[in-house]
Amino acid sequence: MATEFHNLQELRHSASLANKVFIQRDYSEGTTCRFQTKFPSELDSRIERTLFEDTVKTLNNYYAEAEKIGGQSYLEGCLACATAYIIFLCMETRYEKVLKKIGSYIQEQNEKIYAPRGLLITDPIERGMRVIEISIYEDRASSGSSSGSSSTSGTSAR
Amino acid sequence: MHLGLTEPVRECQYNQICTRNSSPMENVGHTKKRSPQRKWQIFPGRNRFYCNGRLMMARQTGVFYLTLVLIIVTSGLFFTFDCPFLASNLTPAIPVVGGMLLIFVLGMLFRAGFTDPGVLPRATPDEAAFLERQMDATNGSSGPGYRPPPRIKEVVINGQTVKLKYCFTCKIFRPPRTSHCSLCDNCVERFDHHCPWVGNCVGKRNYRFFYLFILSLSFLTVFIFAFVITHVILRSNRTGFLSALKDSPARYPFTKGNCQMLSHITPRSQAGSKHSEVPISVDACVCALVSVWFVAMRACGFYRRWSAFLDGVGLTVLEVVVCFFSVWSIVGLSGFHTYLISSNQTTNEDIKGSWSTKRAKDNYNPYSHGNVLTNCCAALCGPLPPSLIDRRGLIQPDTPQPAPLSNGSSGYTTQLHTHMCDQEQCIQSTKFVLQAATTPLLHSGPVVIGRGGPPLSGKSSLGVTCSSLAPNQPSLPSSMPGLSCAGDMLALRDPETHCHHHHFVSPEETPSPPGPMPLTLPCTAHAGHLNPAQLYDPASQDSLHEDSVRGLVKLSSV
Repeated sequence: MATEFHNLQELRHSASLANKVFIQRDYSEGTTCRFQTKFPSELDSRIERTLFEDTVKTLNNYYAEAEKIGGQSYLEGCLACATAYIIFLCMETRYEKVLKKIGSYIQEQNEKIYAPRGLLITDPIERGMRVIEISIYEDRASSGSSSGSSSTSGTSAR
Repeated sequence: MHLGLTEPVRECQYNQICTRNSSPMENVGHTKKRSPQRKWQIFPGRNRFYCNGRLMMARQTGVFYLTLVLIIVTSGLFFTFDCPFLASNLTPAIPVVGGMLLIFVLGMLFRAGFTDPGVLPRATPDEAAFLERQMDATNGSSGPGYRPPPRIKEVVINGQTVKLKYCFTCKIFRPPRTSHCSLCDNCVERFDHHCPWVGNCVGKRNYRFFYLFILSLSFLTVFIFAFVITHVILRSNRTGFLSALKDSPARYPFTKGNCQMLSHITPRSQAGSKHSEVPISVDACVCALVSVWFVAMRACGFYRRWSAFLDGVGLTVLEVVVCFFSVWSIVGLSGFHTYLISSNQTTNEDIKGSWSTKRAKDNYNPYSHGNVLTNCCAALCGPLPPSLIDRRGLIQPDTPQPAPLSNGSSGYTTQLHTHMCDQEQCIQSTKFVLQAATTPLLHSGPVVIGRGGPPLSGKSSLGVTCSSLAPNQPSLPSSMPGLSCAGDMLALRDPETHCHHHHFVSPEETPSPPGPMPLTLPCTAHAGHLNPAQLYDPASQDSLHEDSVRGLVKLSSV
């Protein structure tokens, strides 16, 4: 029940938002962007722990790469300063490039892993980089069994 | 339960209304064509936006214009009256360097003034509800009407304990180094201070521009000051210092006699423009303006104090002295910020002494990279994060209010967001239904009516249990105890889509929370909506289903 895998065709006719889980930021290493890898209890019955942790760790790595202070970022900063930041009208910053990569990664994860399990990850940039919002959808296609299962999962979640 | 009998009929009616009202795409399209509103127009903070959301400033911009005027007028006078002499007598590089400095100063001023300083968008209703539930859970729920004391979270950052405060305006726990600016009514990341001179807060995204502005302004000020002095000296070398001062056109500005005298002395400039016959009064004016520049109050104070001295010695000397102090103060400010950058502190932290060893012996700055050079490079040349508030994004009518998108990742996220919004509109209700179904509270009286049973019964008991619920605004589904919110969420934040829900509900139960609780009842609509063939018109059901799953489907299809 909870670990039923549905493809998107099934979900098309029967998905409804049940719940949202917010993965908070992890500030233990300062103000750099990191999210907690603690597995939320609401997802217990929906997805394997390792998959979830992999996703969050990959996202953390992407953000670390975006905010990395190193040779390339210095070069970009100095070049920008020298051109009075006009250069950013022509090219996009490294951060923006990484954000695009993150966007496509999240989309890919949603398609391959999360949507089949009735989950949907929202890109943190849409939430001000404060949280990773995971929407949990209940599958309504399996009528009676779903209501039974949803109540069961509900109780088990509690 | 009484619901059982009447439900099917109501659901049909309900569904019809739902169908009629929620072709959200049509409505959206129609609305969009009429007046596409951009997000900056509904931005909750006290900011001003220009150029259709591209530029962003604080509300009070008067001092910014003063800064601009002072810089431009002073530099203008310098270029008009001093540079010709200096260019012809010393080197033409002087006006060139001066010009470059001026352009840089203005560029940095505009960048600092018009850039989003790192405003954190306010929490979406879901997030706010989630956080409130967490706080209630940890602190024990209090009775209605009692506001819990401000919440604080403690985190350990690199060995130092840092307290994160809860911002009641933005409904978030402020990240470290974030502060809420009361003038702009926004939480700003890495908040340094609110600078009226640049007309904006100084925060994470524009600190380097602010620093470069005051640094280049110091150079410009010193440059102008030095060359004005040079000019006076050069002229006085020719006429004699005292006579230069005595004849100081500070008293007799722009007299013909002065001009002639000067032109007589400077043969090279005779062939030049008459601008070379610079009255020294202009130099005095330049000095005066520069002095007024960032220390207007102080200059006035000095003037009053030294007024007696003035008459004796002459304005010129006073102006040079005051000019020196103003230069000193702007240079001092640059020096102060250089110190802050090298130790990776904000003005806020320095003033409060957050990391001072006076507070505690083992107090240290957990954000410092340990190395002065690394700190400087990180502050000035580090990556520039994008704006978190999507100022120029188009508002979708069903968008949850504080739901910002980034400027950078526009295409995908906008699309996703649109789809999310479409589906959220329709599915938020279902979530409540489901929560109702899944809550132990509601298991007390479930009535199964086909598929829509549990939700409907849930709703009825919801009406009873949820009257005293969390005073929350979320009109979108939130997590768990959203059950409580579900009950509360009877009011409609979005009348066009939800009003029918309300109608549906009212006969059955008294909408417990009157105005303030935005309740979304739509659950039942979707409950019905989700009973495929039983009670509905399949077409309407399909459209709703399509809407509600659009996000997932689009994701896969992109």
